[in-house]
Amino acid sequence: MKMDVGIVGYGVYIPRYRIKTEEIAKVWGDDAGSIKNSLLIYEKTVPALDEDTATIAVESARNAVQHARINPKEIGSIYVGSESHPYVVKPTSTIVAAAIDAVPDMTAADYEFACKAGTAAIQTTMGLVKSGMIKYGMAVGADTSQGKPGDALEYTASAGGAAYIIGKDNLIARILDTYSYTTDTPDFWRREGQEFPSHGARFTGQPAYFKHVIEAAKEIMKRNNLKPEDFDYAVFHQPNGKFPLKAAEILGIEKKRLETGLLTPYIGNTYSGSTMLGLARILDDAVSGDRVLAVSYGSGAGSDAFIIEVTKENEKRRNSKPLKAYMDRKEYVEYSTYAKFKGKIKGVKLEKP
Amino acid sequence: MSRGVAVHWRLIPQRYNLVGTECKNCGEKFFPLRQLCPNCRRSGDVREVKYSGEGEIYSYTIVHTPSEGFEFMKPYVIGVIKLVEGPFITAQIVDCKPEDLEIGKKVELVFRKVIADGSNGIIRYGYKFKLKE
Repeated sequence: MKMDVGIVGYGVYIPRYRIKTEEIAKVWGDDAGSIKNSLLIYEKTVPALDEDTATIAVESARNAVQHARINPKEIGSIYVGSESHPYVVKPTSTIVAAAIDAVPDMTAADYEFACKAGTAAIQTTMGLVKSGMIKYGMAVGADTSQGKPGDALEYTASAGGAAYIIGKDNLIARILDTYSYTTDTPDFWRREGQEFPSHGARFTGQPAYFKHVIEAAKEIMKRNNLKPEDFDYAVFHQPNGKFPLKAAEILGIEKKRLETGLLTPYIGNTYSGSTMLGLARILDDAVSGDRVLAVSYGSGAGSDAFIIEVTKENEKRRNSKPLKAYMDRKEYVEYSTYAKFKGKIKGVKLEKP
Repeated sequence: MSRGVAVHWRLIPQRYNLVGTECKNCGEKFFPLRQLCPNCRRSGDVREVKYSGEGEIYSYTIVHTPSEGFEFMKPYVIGVIKLVEGPFITAQIVDCKPEDLEIGKKVELVFRKVIADGSNGIIRYGYKFKLKE
């Protein structure tokens, strides 16, 4: 299924603050060494008190518009995927639309599908572009994810986002195909009004993450007559550092093809931003002709797989705000400051009474 | 807590995108916007303009005794920013320590949460600045 749609530009954003695994382990009496070893996580991003999914989405969206060098008024749709939208009712996407000055001749909506809401937004946007309903569309994946204090998730749940502008011309990368594998699997959830998510512990592995990522990757390769060695890079959803490496091993993908886009050990799991940031990190380096296999995963559960081929335009029009620059710019905070920034201390809020 | 929702909504272009005005007659630029040029009066030609968000620190102060709602941000920095286009803006400077600041240092626009109207009210987003890297 050949598609003449792809990526016109992309933008990323991660907060400046970081917390180390040791700092969290110290509070809960865990052994930092064994956490680092079992989850492959060294540090994660921490949003400041005045940052949320909307501010992260806007920063990445502005970077994407700058990279694409298009008039934002030509963007016909904006979909923002997240599981931490600041409002339950009131879209994040309209805030993004106003902040990049794409309003009012456009459509917008918020998406939610655990960690794959952003890649689902890419698929929707591809459909709108391909059908000719819009010229350009924007898909954003951004989160300020939550982990219950003391839960294993707290070591990884971080903040960050990426925005992609999808179109037909001036592509820095073509999306050759996309395929999704979806089932009803309750491996991770958060009920209405609950502050923290719950998960099925080891159930999140085999029948959930691995089943969906591997099936989606296998099928998209099969229907395009491609083998693991036909890809220069691969990126999978990264709930921790270990899972994507194991998925690659099962699929027979060499570790070196995964390393560029494997970010969780250094920035944590950015949820809806995870696969999209990994892909952005790859695009920052990739050259003309490089082929990328990208597979997201969202609990609940589903995986969106993409085959992406980088064009010459990517080398001509390198992103001036690469992810590496954001990763290198960092300031460590201790657990108490982290707890304050994340509103984990009761009553700490940036709001008028 | 619905007071001031319409005011915020009306100011969204200014708060999100630094939309101000300039007088095409005398060239003076305004932020926040003015609808009448104080220099040219009736012969002024005032048009909308979007500022780039690039500027430098003209002056700054560290707030240790915050206003209501900003208690957990302290100490925070309020700066007077001279935009490259000319106008001055008073705004928070974030993602820095007070000792990193210096008059004349370059800053750029960021999009941040400014304050929420209680737990049930709207969230007011808007402009802040950070040191340019």
